[in-house]
Amino acid sequence: MKIPAPIAMLAELTHRCPLSCPYCSNPIEMARQDSELDTQTWARVFDEAARLGVLQLHLSGGEPASRRDLIDLVSAARKAGLYTNLITSGIGLTERRLGDLDKAGLDHIQLSLQGTTPEMADEIGGYKGGYARKMQVAQWIGEIGFPLTLNAVLHRRNLHQLPRAIEMAQEMGARRIEVATVQFHGWALKNRDGLMPTREQAQTASRIVAEARAALKGQLVIDYVPADYHDDFPKRCMGGWGTTGLNVTPDGQVLPCHAAQTIPHLKFDRVHEKSLDDIWYNGSAFNAYRGTDWMQEPCKSCDRRLVDFGGCRCQAMALVGDASATDPVCVKSPHHGALQAQADTHASQTDAQLIYRVSPIQKVEPTS
Amino acid sequence: MPRGVRLHFDHVRDTWVLLAPERAVTLDGIGHAILNEVDGRRNFGDITAALSTKFGAPVEQIAQDSAEFLTALRNRRFLDVTE
Repeated sequence: MKIPAPIAMLAELTHRCPLSCPYCSNPIEMARQDSELDTQTWARVFDEAARLGVLQLHLSGGEPASRRDLIDLVSAARKAGLYTNLITSGIGLTERRLGDLDKAGLDHIQLSLQGTTPEMADEIGGYKGGYARKMQVAQWIGEIGFPLTLNAVLHRRNLHQLPRAIEMAQEMGARRIEVATVQFHGWALKNRDGLMPTREQAQTASRIVAEARAALKGQLVIDYVPADYHDDFPKRCMGGWGTTGLNVTPDGQVLPCHAAQTIPHLKFDRVHEKSLDDIWYNGSAFNAYRGTDWMQEPCKSCDRRLVDFGGCRCQAMALVGDASATDPVCVKSPHHGALQAQADTHASQTDAQLIYRVSPIQKVEPTS
Repeated sequence: MPRGVRLHFDHVRDTWVLLAPERAVTLDGIGHAILNEVDGRRNFGDITAALSTKFGAPVEQIAQDSAEFLTALRNRRFLDVTE
């Protein structure tokens, strides 16, 4: 199989974040601030990414606005020829900083939404005043004219707010909304009792999305990530391992997906030691689950093996203890029935408390 | 073409692509030719007439191809129509 060049790179600039969302997908063990790549190294990595074939750069975190050099990083990425997307909660962005990002050539902003009311959003984000700040930032984004995607993260506690989230996206002038049901990786695994949607909620969300897509065609594009555990076919994770995208951690490790560190036998190369090109084509972690040779039954002989590549490797690891196993979301997995029962059990824990993560720093003041 | 959508020549894959929020669309020669005519000023009839002259193809055929292509882009918000 010829290895295609990657299209997208997720640059996790920092794990620091003022929010402490209970579904955070960052690893349990976060990179410390003093291990973060500096501006020059990121600029070199952006250049290497563009030469490798990356078109889309997602600047993420943690909260990327926690990096004081964010403007310089955006300039460097644009200079490299990359389409730059800032994935942010809005906290840490001022009107002046947004103006500077505009001048630096930022192409697009994806703004997260923890809830459609201050009560819900601030409780989920664990940050008082966060919702009000976000609404202010959304207004500035609109005034500058940045293309905007609203990313509504949904789970059992706020799925009833989905219709309002779709309205809010239109009010903000967003062209896109991502309706993202929580995926359980990283810290989120600790909160399955508190966050797992019920099967009925998952079905209702799919219906609302289908209706909204029809009603808003040509006005608002809706990307939808359904509730995985309640599904019968697994997601085509990362568009196929090592085919489409790569992820660079705050301390410079290069991962095939953001959760890949949960697979204990994988070894990750670092941008300090090898070129991105070498890591993508020759790195052992990238080659571990490329193609279909690594598959077991029932994946190996399945006619969907090139459709979903057996689902998510990290989820197979987390739920079945074997990263080469069929993702148990799949109806053909021997663990599928157990997973569906487990999902219903998680979803019925109505008095479960949320377990909040504590970020390496507690609070970030907006920097001018 | 709205802000945040732009044409880009991809040297690695040796092709034109349309870059848009969280999407990249590979363009064939026809798609690239059509988008090259989209300037935010001329209307659909002017654009298809220009393409017809440029490529020596019947305007009806050009109009049909262009309409399908541009509608698909509009539905994805990669293209807006000004009044």
